[in-house]
Amino acid sequence: MTAATLPPAAIDPAYNFGYLDEQTKRMIRRAILKAVAIPGYQVPFGSREMPLPYGWGTGGIQVTASVIGGADVLKVIDQGADDTTNAVSIRKFFRRVAGVATTEDTAAATIIQTRHRIPERPLAEGQILVYQVPIPEPLRFLEPRETETRKMHAWAEYGLMHVRLYEDIARYGEIATTYSYPVLVNGRHVMSPSPIPKFDNPKMEMNPALQLFGAGREKRIYAVPPWTRVKSLDFEDHPFTVQRWEEPCGLCGATDSYLDEVVLDDRGAKMFVCSDSHHCEERRAAGHRGPMAGEPPGYVTEGEGTP
Amino acid sequence: MYVAVKGGERAIDAAHAWLAEVRRGDPSVPELSLAQIREQMAIAVHRVMTEGSLADPDLAALAVKQARGDLVEAIFLLRAYRTTLPRFGNAVPFDTGRMAVRRRVSATYKDLPGGQVLGPTFDYTHRLLDFALAAGGVDPPAAPEAPAAVEPMASVAGILDHEGLMEPERADEAGSEPFDLTREPMGFPAGRDQRLQALVRGDEGFVLALGYSTQRGFGGTHPFVGEVRMGEVPVEVEIPELGFAVEIGAVTLTECQMVNQFRGTAETGPRFTRGYGLAFGESERKAMGMALVDRALRAEELGERAIHPAQDEEFVLMHADNVEASGFVQHLKLPHYVDFQADLDLVRRLKAEWEARRATPPAEGLKEAAE
Amino acid sequence: MTAAFSLPDAPANDRARPLLVAERVTKSYGEVVGCRDVSLAIHPGEVLGIVGESGSGKTTLLKVLSARMAPNAGTVSFDAGGRGLADVYAMAEPARRALMRTEWGIVHQDPRDGLRMHVSAGGNVAERLMGTGARSYADMRAEAAAWLGRVELDVGRMDDLPRRFSGGMRQRVQLARNLVTRPRLLFMDEPTGGLDVSVQARLLDLIRELVRDLGIAAIVVTHDIAVVRLLADRLLVMHRGEAVEHGLTDQVLDDPQHPYTQLLVSSVMTA
Repeated sequence: MTAATLPPAAIDPAYNFGYLDEQTKRMIRRAILKAVAIPGYQVPFGSREMPLPYGWGTGGIQVTASVIGGADVLKVIDQGADDTTNAVSIRKFFRRVAGVATTEDTAAATIIQTRHRIPERPLAEGQILVYQVPIPEPLRFLEPRETETRKMHAWAEYGLMHVRLYEDIARYGEIATTYSYPVLVNGRHVMSPSPIPKFDNPKMEMNPALQLFGAGREKRIYAVPPWTRVKSLDFEDHPFTVQRWEEPCGLCGATDSYLDEVVLDDRGAKMFVCSDSHHCEERRAAGHRGPMAGEPPGYVTEGEGTP
Repeated sequence: MYVAVKGGERAIDAAHAWLAEVRRGDPSVPELSLAQIREQMAIAVHRVMTEGSLADPDLAALAVKQARGDLVEAIFLLRAYRTTLPRFGNAVPFDTGRMAVRRRVSATYKDLPGGQVLGPTFDYTHRLLDFALAAGGVDPPAAPEAPAAVEPMASVAGILDHEGLMEPERADEAGSEPFDLTREPMGFPAGRDQRLQALVRGDEGFVLALGYSTQRGFGGTHPFVGEVRMGEVPVEVEIPELGFAVEIGAVTLTECQMVNQFRGTAETGPRFTRGYGLAFGESERKAMGMALVDRALRAEELGERAIHPAQDEEFVLMHADNVEASGFVQHLKLPHYVDFQADLDLVRRLKAEWEARRATPPAEGLKEAAE
Repeated sequence: MTAAFSLPDAPANDRARPLLVAERVTKSYGEVVGCRDVSLAIHPGEVLGIVGESGSGKTTLLKVLSARMAPNAGTVSFDAGGRGLADVYAMAEPARRALMRTEWGIVHQDPRDGLRMHVSAGGNVAERLMGTGARSYADMRAEAAAWLGRVELDVGRMDDLPRRFSGGMRQRVQLARNLVTRPRLLFMDEPTGGLDVSVQARLLDLIRELVRDLGIAAIVVTHDIAVVRLLADRLLVMHRGEAVEHGLTDQVLDDPQHPYTQLLVSSVMTA
């Protein structure tokens, strides 16, 4: 089984390459350079009105549009999967306005635009991971005022961030933040990793790939350059931990990937499958089998090879 | 899951085809032309131009048609298109004093130079459904025409200004470019240029409601409508090769000058303060709401206590844009199952722990975990 | 009418350098004067009471002294970290904010201004520790519990929100939150205002004990002579924005010189 890859296509002549005009791309690239120079710092930028709605990836799209070239190979995922509707829509957009080759193969992609996940397969040097970010400010729900949060970042006044963790432990006995789990980047800026599950946080640390974050509606760009320290906030005596599942992926048997719950009926029957659809396919292609791979009752896999 | 997820591309294509079909509606009913929308749904078109930041009635009419009459969606369409337009230059600032006035009312003076002109307004119409319109086919008789005004229509703010009773309009520093919200991110504290732009682009309902809240005591500023005027204003552009400004057309504008009470400070002495509203086309409700909110947002600058929502610059300006608001509210429809899974896992575990604790005899001082 | 005061003498038993010095501070709002030409100094471990009726400018003065409102004229200096007096308004803002989190404490009249009402009592106290880099949950919790105990609160309620506490209890949480970083100077604005008389008396006793035991200097603003009689070593009397009298508490209360102070002390005046 090979991952769906499409060769370069013709560009819609009505639009500039990458949709944005060259001036705008230069402005965004300057913001990206600044973001790379100050890891974790949120750089304000002149976000443009895009033909997709705010909150649906306009920040990520503008970042991708500014760094993409004709020779790039683009992968777009949402919730870890290439075929979720919004990922399909964004991929179609870039085929139309940039004509680039697209792929579902994580290793083959030069740019991966994502919403809510980091692929399971480790990234390599030279790859760029572009995150779509709804709320870039990690302090926003503790302090709603931009004027105040900017001061807190400027002077590294992050005590309040730990108050949130303290309250969790006091109330639940553990840190109850499961996604958008705040990180300290390069020992200086506290950053929101976009709402990826905290399971993915350790993948950000010392990652060989360039990680770019775009928030279109909030008009911020930030970055984690390759090989940068990214530490999830915690207490010495309540260290950061990630989610674990009792059972493996029902399809590929993976025990170390992030799993989605699939409800099989309305009486509580469920199975777990890899959220990273390409990772799961690759494992099955390599012969791995999960306990449910032999087709659960009433469960249809469309377009998938059956064992 | 794979059934739902795979085939996303086909689902999108099918949905778009279906949308096109319902947009057209019953094919036995004649299709609307852009000219019909532009002429007969004019105020919808004006709102789309105002909040879409683009003065083009035909494109706005197209957006209204394409959006099936959903004006926020139409504003979004127009804005997205606007992004792709090259910018040739800036117009010379409008002089609304040169407006070819079709409507002008003042609530502060019984009569004033140029007089009161009601114009084509809904004011004083009885809101009775007109079934003659339902029947259609009858063109209204021509409205009577007044002789052209002889006096120029002095602005009310200017009249007060002459007496030193109105704060002067502060001119921008020479040569400074006005803030451009379509090119630069919002910053705080916002200058008045940034604030006025955000309010013009802001959702009419939101701005109206905030303005209304100031009238009900949530940041009251004792407003009087100094003047509302509507009409055509020439657009001039400075051509570098010529060295002077050339008129390239005209736009219809509605302007509201709100006169507000203010005691004054030791330095300035007592005088009135301004609130300003401006919109494309006939958008009186928007211009008035905007003028109220503009004034309310000056609380800090004027040394007033700023405690109400309409006086809170960051709250108002960051939440006024309906394209942003609509996108972000509606993005909740996108899949969130990765994050939901993370919470589901946690809640299940906490619940299991809670049940285990309940099963064992309570320890000293143990309390309910959550509120 | 009044010129600047010469700086009042420190108590004879304390020869240390002044902790905070205000020189001829004036703050006006438009035409309204908040305080005019006030000078004062406070030394380590000393409690200064600022009394006057409402509108006398005492709260304005406290805000100016605690770096929360820049004066129109005059200076406020603090001996930060024992490195000598430095103008608090000339400091970089982060240094000033750090001061407020560490060497200073501010007890507001309304605890809602000084506490995070949606954060537990323990979290409120621990926040100042986290703000100074503490990262052990157990240690912080123990320390927060110790301070809540010290202000005589039921430690079993440390995970409750301040919202569920009475006014007197909230004031105690506020005290603990400020004391946990062992400040050198505490600013208090009507700390017992709005409380029942019996609750007031117990809280005042507690404040007096804590300030004495910990050797903290304090500036207490109040309209209530009884409060300063109990707490303050020295008094500054404010009237219409000006400091009309100052001196040792007993001296001022037993032998008031200024007619306004005489009126105030004779208990004819109530705020």
